[in-house]
Amino acid sequence: MTDLTSLGVKDIRDGVAKGDFTAREVAEAFNAAVAEAATLNAFIVTTPDHALAAADKVDAARAAGGQLGKMAGVPIGMKDLFATHGVQTTAASHILEGFTPRYESTVSQKLWDAGAGMLGKLNLDQFAMGSSNETSYFGNVTSPWKKAGSNAAMSPGGSSGGSSAAVAARIAPAATGTDTGGSIRQPAAFTGICGIKPTYGRCSRWGIVAFASSLDQAGPMARSVEDCAIMLGAMAGFDPKDSTSLQMEVPDWEAALNADLRGKKVGIPREYRMEGTDQAIFDSWEQGKAWLKDAGAEIVDVSLPHTKYALPAYYIVAPAEASSNLARYDGVRYGLRDLPDGVGLQDMYAATRAAGFGDEVKRRILIGTYVLSAGFYDAYYTQAQKVRALVARDFERAFAECDVILAPTTPTASFPLGSMTDDPLTMYLNDVFAVPASLAGLPAMSVPATVNADGLPLGLQLVGKPFDEQGVLDAGLAIQERAGFTAKPEKWW
Amino acid sequence: MSVDKATVVRIASLARIRMDDAALERMVPELNGILQWVEQLGEVDVTGIEPMAAVIPNTLRLREDVVDADPLTGGGKREDVLANAPAAEHGFFGVPKVIE
Repeated sequence: MTDLTSLGVKDIRDGVAKGDFTAREVAEAFNAAVAEAATLNAFIVTTPDHALAAADKVDAARAAGGQLGKMAGVPIGMKDLFATHGVQTTAASHILEGFTPRYESTVSQKLWDAGAGMLGKLNLDQFAMGSSNETSYFGNVTSPWKKAGSNAAMSPGGSSGGSSAAVAARIAPAATGTDTGGSIRQPAAFTGICGIKPTYGRCSRWGIVAFASSLDQAGPMARSVEDCAIMLGAMAGFDPKDSTSLQMEVPDWEAALNADLRGKKVGIPREYRMEGTDQAIFDSWEQGKAWLKDAGAEIVDVSLPHTKYALPAYYIVAPAEASSNLARYDGVRYGLRDLPDGVGLQDMYAATRAAGFGDEVKRRILIGTYVLSAGFYDAYYTQAQKVRALVARDFERAFAECDVILAPTTPTASFPLGSMTDDPLTMYLNDVFAVPASLAGLPAMSVPATVNADGLPLGLQLVGKPFDEQGVLDAGLAIQERAGFTAKPEKWW
Repeated sequence: MSVDKATVVRIASLARIRMDDAALERMVPELNGILQWVEQLGEVDVTGIEPMAAVIPNTLRLREDVVDADPLTGGGKREDVLANAPAAEHGFFGVPKVIE
């Protein structure tokens, strides 16, 4: 029999439906793979019983001749930013350690309704703040990839680093991610998998631990474009409980997938040729152009003049929103309480938050508090929101001349854990290509293109018009078909 | 603009995060590094540009004006609401004394 853990979402779903294997066999195989891979630290908690129960339900439904859901029989990893009923939800923080929601996030509920099961809660950068998965209270996630000739532990990217590591290591066929400023796309690129952040509002934010509410979007991470299309279809949809949820039909992205790009124009933003980018990344970008041309697309130059200002604008807007969102962690209603002897309420807040938040989270809360404080609000926050409007306008103008934009996902391949932690700014620069699409709320995807001289994967990014996930997935599929990316990490764990 | 230690003390107090001296000393240059870097936004000509309010045009909806329109987020959930409280007492959140 095939090794079930080598299969992706589509093959599992179809195999279960056809009766080639049972959902229970799939869940058992992945539960075992998860248990074997503890050294990657991809999961904060594992939930093998959840996966088995969901699988048994699917097998019973099939036996009874019932209709099977879009994700029937597929066990997935759930980023530990989604509230899951009865299962600890921490955002990889100490302040939420032990927090056990009495409700289920909309996105995870939709996945369970579609027949998926949960292998466990995936590690991440604390409160999704980080680009290397080194800010988790529960320890670093180690990428399954190694640099050729080196045994150094590599970063799986962040913040969805548990998700990317698990999918790349074949211990989960797919996982949820969230993307505020690249947190799906950058880890996907670092680990040779696919990940799509849909248009802002496609996936409900209800029940997702909030970081920066005007930017946060959930999306799937999987090993193929088809798998992402299927899983996004199960995650998306209008939710009255999220005031920014899009009241729109969810298209059948999977059914409409089409890698024939004749008549389509692909824009190449000239401002993305940035200093500090690896030559191998530029080479893969050239290769990407050739692939899309081969698929029938016309390549056109476009300009996004405010690109260089997107990242600094993001580092005002996102911390500002975070400082407000994270004000809720006060040691009163849920989570950690640190109450030193004899102190009052204000000191309890300050002690709780000092003990409960990690350094990067504190840094961002302080930046956010500062830029929103009296006397500085206009100079920082209002200016950043104006620049954000200009970044969005750049895209609007570019999309008058093209259908989809092709760019690198990251300026470099993955790096060893611990090698970038001296200066927070160096780490922030990792998301320089990912953040502009986030600020503009656009659908954007990373697909694996090739490996560099060190044998590490490189990703290409596709950015689409608002609501045009299909255009992004189609161009991604055209690259996937031509890249023939089959590299995978050798099992060392 | 840059921040000194006294400013960081004030911000930390606004943000309700207790910080000892060593943590403050570490934070000052880190915050200044970030603030100096975002300073470049000042170069951008934003004449006539409105600050962005919503990234995707959307209108705020009103829900039905009925009690428990959504049973999941409606009332009658005291037990659930208190389930994760560090100190739930007599059906309330317990906090240290705030009135002398």
